[in-house]
Amino acid sequence: MKALVCVKRVIDYNVRIRVKSDKSGVEKDNVKMSMNPFDEIAVEEAVRLKEKGIVTEIVILSIGSESSQETIRTGLAMGGDRGILVKSSDEDIDPLNIGKIIKKVCDKENPDLIILGKQAIDDDCNQTGQILATLLKYPQATFASKVEKNTDDTLNVTREVDGGLETIKVKIPCVVTTDLRLNEPRYASLPNIMKAKQKKIDILDINELSLDLKKRVEILEVNDPPERKPGIVVPDIDSLVDKLKNEAKIL
Amino acid sequence: MKTLVIVEHNNESIKQTTYSTITAASKISDEAYALMLGHNLSTAIDELKKSNHLKKIYFVDKEDLGKPIAENFCDEIVKFLKDKDFTHVFTPSSTFGKNLSPKIATELDVQQISDITNILDGHTFERPIYAGNAIAKVKSNDPIKVVTVRSTCFEPCKLDSNVDVENISSELPTNELVNFVNYDESKSDRPELTSAKIIISGGRGLQNGDNFKLLEGIADKLGAAMGASRAAVDAGFVPNDWQVGQTGKIVAPDLYIAVGISGAIQHIAGIKDSKFIVCINKDEEAPIFKFSDFGLVADLFEALPVLEKKLQ
Ligand SMILES: Cc1cc2nc3c(=O)[nH]c(=O)nc-3n(C[C@H](O)[C@H](O)[C@H](O)COP(=O)(O)OP(=O)(O)OC[C@H]3O[C@@H](n4cnc5c(N)ncnc54)[C@H](O)[C@@H]3O)c2cc1C
Ligand SMILES: Nc1ncnc2c1ncn2[C@@H]1O[C@H](COP(=O)(O)O)[C@@H](O)[C@H]1O
Repeated sequence: MKALVCVKRVIDYNVRIRVKSDKSGVEKDNVKMSMNPFDEIAVEEAVRLKEKGIVTEIVILSIGSESSQETIRTGLAMGGDRGILVKSSDEDIDPLNIGKIIKKVCDKENPDLIILGKQAIDDDCNQTGQILATLLKYPQATFASKVEKNTDDTLNVTREVDGGLETIKVKIPCVVTTDLRLNEPRYASLPNIMKAKQKKIDILDINELSLDLKKRVEILEVNDPPERKPGIVVPDIDSLVDKLKNEAKIL
Repeated sequence: MKTLVIVEHNNESIKQTTYSTITAASKISDEAYALMLGHNLSTAIDELKKSNHLKKIYFVDKEDLGKPIAENFCDEIVKFLKDKDFTHVFTPSSTFGKNLSPKIATELDVQQISDITNILDGHTFERPIYAGNAIAKVKSNDPIKVVTVRSTCFEPCKLDSNVDVENISSELPTNELVNFVNYDESKSDRPELTSAKIIISGGRGLQNGDNFKLLEGIADKLGAAMGASRAAVDAGFVPNDWQVGQTGKIVAPDLYIAVGISGAIQHIAGIKDSKFIVCINKDEEAPIFKFSDFGLVADLFEALPVLEKKLQ
């Protein structure tokens, strides 16, 4: 079984975001970038499935600028076999168009399992896996916290839903998106980082895919969120209860 | 402009998220309609009929729709939309909506707008990005706007109406590539996190699942829902669906009490719209104090039993 894992290069989750003063977006210059955390979980899951002998090859795909190669290398160091970069100078591509690009790669690569993060922590869209499954007409198992291969060509996937845990059975080929509890991603060891340098990354130009990727949604402006008014530290529990009764009027 | 609301329910009753989504739809125009898919829907429909703002409720009642399998729901919705002139399709931004709505958008070849928090006009919306550390104002150029709605940002609609209902029959085949296996519902007598007036949440500071009993006593007295940080969920103290934050549940109660939670941006992203935030933390440097209206520097193991008593 061949697995394709989609990884996005995003501002590291520890970085404090700063909105640009011209409101055109957030500051990305000289900011630490990393693999989207949910995509690390996606790579880890593919590697574990390979270690169990279920997956035989792992292809790591990213769409973005030249620098996204670093993100692919991270995935290769974790255990991916080879990489594909779809190079684009525009980094703000709508999820629908990302889905169409990934589909194009799938048409060529024919993976049995495509694993994505449930959400990119920059745009917070939570769409791409669902879009891709729809385009490919493959079943989708989103927000996965457990993936088990059955003896036939199906997977049982446990999903984190609002009211608890739901398990569905999907036929392979399928699309899975990862939730936080699926696994704990490994750190790549130094030897594996070295080995990853030898692994192959194919580079495709986005303009060669013959896709109509016109923008559907314009970002008019990006603003700071409204600030909460500063609070106070109360000296003891009595004053806390008093504040809740008399100022917040909640108790 | 004409909006279709996709109803979230559990076949027996309507989820609060639906009522908030109806309110959001009513801000687009007076032409708001609802579509409900499921099985054995009669009681749930009686409940939904009371919603203000709705012109009509369409429903499909079929055994295959008893479980919310996104593929089956999507097929029905796309078929329903075919000969109609809806300009907007609104779904709650719950796990139900996040799973389903992008599929509808893709079938219509439009770009969904996720998790809107404000409506400026029929094309222009606000939505948080980067865990709510920035707010994007976006304009959709698509002919149909497919949108998911952050329910905590819109009041639930009033329930004193009597809306017309139309039964739609459907012979669409079930998708055979996906099958429901099991639903392990985390049962609780407490209010739901996303609609609760008061929430008390625990973090890694609680040390283990047993210690959440210290929060239970207070939750009982306040009629509060209970939540947790990611660290507490990852450590297995409490179930997954208790997680509050950027990638868990977004909440907006009148009062949010954070106990033994440091206040990472991903957690704050889920609680920022709460009216009052209270924290109890032994580390006065913890970031949570910057976001709290009232902070108490204390060891939670000493403070919680006293607080419970004072709430008599
Ligand atoms: C992609 C991604 C998504 C994430 N999504 C979420 C999310 O949705 N929700 C979320 O919550 N987190 C999320 N996180 C995790 C987040 O970054 C933090 O790691 C997490 O919120 C920390 O949880 P915590 O505050 O309970 O633990 P800690 O940060 O360890 O804080 C524990 C706090 O307890 C206090 N404490 C300890 N003992 C006591 C005591 N006896 N009395 C009083 N106080 C005490 C400490 O002073 C400390 O402040 C996400 C992270 C990533 C990378
Ligand atoms: N530019 C990209 N390159 C590769 N994968 C992507 C890209 N954008 C999104 N994805 C994948 O889609 C997931 C969900 O993203 P989103 O729908 O934007 O929240 C991410 O976790 C990635 O797995």
